[in-house]
Amino acid sequence: MTLLAVNDITVSYGRLTALRGITLNIDEGEVLFVTGPNGAGKSTLLNAIAGVVPPGSGSITIDGAKVTGAAPEDIARRGFSLVPEGRNVFGDLTIEENLKVGTGMRTDRRKIADDLESVYEEFPMLAGRRHTPAGMLSGGQQQMLVIGRALMAAPRIMAIDEPSLGLAPKIIDQVYEILVRLRAQRKLTLLIVEQSSTRALMTGGRMVLVRGGRIVLEGAAADMVKDDRLKQAYFGFGDH
Amino acid sequence: MTAVLQIVFDALSLGSLYALGALGIALIFGVMRLVNFAHGDFIAFCVFAMLWPSTDAAAIVFAGQLPSYLLIPLLLLIGAALSVLSELIVFRRFRNTNPATMMIASFALGFVIRHLLLMLYSSRPKSVTLWPSLGLPVEFLGAHIPMLQVVTIIITLIVLATLVLFLKRTRYGLEMRAAAENFTMARMLGVRANGVILLAFAISGMLAAAIGLILATNSGTADIGMGANVMLIAFIATVIGGLGSIPGAVAAGFLIGAASVVFQATLPHDARVFRDAFVYGAVIVVLLVRPQGLFAPKSAKQRV
Repeated sequence: MTLLAVNDITVSYGRLTALRGITLNIDEGEVLFVTGPNGAGKSTLLNAIAGVVPPGSGSITIDGAKVTGAAPEDIARRGFSLVPEGRNVFGDLTIEENLKVGTGMRTDRRKIADDLESVYEEFPMLAGRRHTPAGMLSGGQQQMLVIGRALMAAPRIMAIDEPSLGLAPKIIDQVYEILVRLRAQRKLTLLIVEQSSTRALMTGGRMVLVRGGRIVLEGAAADMVKDDRLKQAYFGFGDH
Repeated sequence: MTAVLQIVFDALSLGSLYALGALGIALIFGVMRLVNFAHGDFIAFCVFAMLWPSTDAAAIVFAGQLPSYLLIPLLLLIGAALSVLSELIVFRRFRNTNPATMMIASFALGFVIRHLLLMLYSSRPKSVTLWPSLGLPVEFLGAHIPMLQVVTIIITLIVLATLVLFLKRTRYGLEMRAAAENFTMARMLGVRANGVILLAFAISGMLAAAIGLILATNSGTADIGMGANVMLIAFIATVIGGLGSIPGAVAAGFLIGAASVVFQATLPHDARVFRDAFVYGAVIVVLLVRPQGLFAPKSAKQRV
């Protein structure tokens, strides 16, 4: 069943067009890996779905409900949780407070305390420092924190923008291991945006390549990573 | 010793006033990057709300005659209502415009409020008598401290403590702090933008009313420009404190109050007239040394 449907959306910043008609569907429980070169429009795509930049045309639906042009808080309430690029922890808030910001919209209040404990179990290095300001954490720890924070919002779809940005390869592997595990445990639908496609094999699922604000290639991640066409399309060989 | 004590109380009570003002500005700046220059006019409006509209010199006291347990909540409510209405009618249309546009809108709103007061009450200052017993001095370790100073300091401490509890211990407080740090991120976690902003305006309006009450009790007059000075210093306090930092605004408010009083007491007699020049000079020195403010928040730069 289609959980998120993006139908032919365009986004412009003034005279600059970032998305020129993107259509994609994500089924419940699926992983979609969006890759593409710098400036392809990947982050804009996520921001458009999250309601941070309104699309100029096209439509977005979550679980059948139209959310095109809705406010970010209303889209979050529909179950879309975005972990933006650069992590955006609330640096002056403690770890625990960071985790709690997204719980205000939940209706299952009783489960919040249990979920908090399970996030601490998943990320033990956060558990010992509950009352430390999040600004004191390292990049890798902050990445764990924002994933935990997104989970606390009990999302149906979690989108992550550049989870590996600025992290050491070992930490990146850890982050992806956690994502894969979370998906298996919680039947989470994942939308991962990453400039490098090397980790796509870890998550499996489907993959799309975005370049110049359009989807130029689409397929199973396992096939695409092998395929020479990915490299060609990524760098734009043979196009002109 | 008694002279020192007197200076300490002067500094604390003046600092309290500035801290309350700075708080009212910092709260709104935190959630929508608006420096509300109408804040001073909110203060004056709350004072005039106690008087019956007339252009006579002798003020006809209206709400001012109520017993204090009714007068204080009523004025806080008026302050909150005026502030919330400003957001609903004016500032909401300027949301997400650039900070200069919002600032000009707040100047315009201030003009509207000031001229409304001028129309209803004329420009003549009016005398208001609130709690005359607060003017009497109390003796404390040999110093004679006006009761009002003690009350002002206590009220400020209560307000600050309540606000800290609200910000640290409640759901709305958590959302407001998150929104002050990164508004877009907070919204993406389901925090309602309008709710947080309205709440900030309501609290800021109540703070304006509290300042109005203290000023009116202290001076015994209602004057249309009475909020302007506090507003100016309060704005400077939020800048020195590090724009966006709430504890910074409060600390800087107290600091400026203390600096004024200390300059007043220690400057040679002939230089005292220029006390404010020394205070603003000190402000410039602070900004030269730390342009980001004394307590710049970690999140000061990043806004999505």
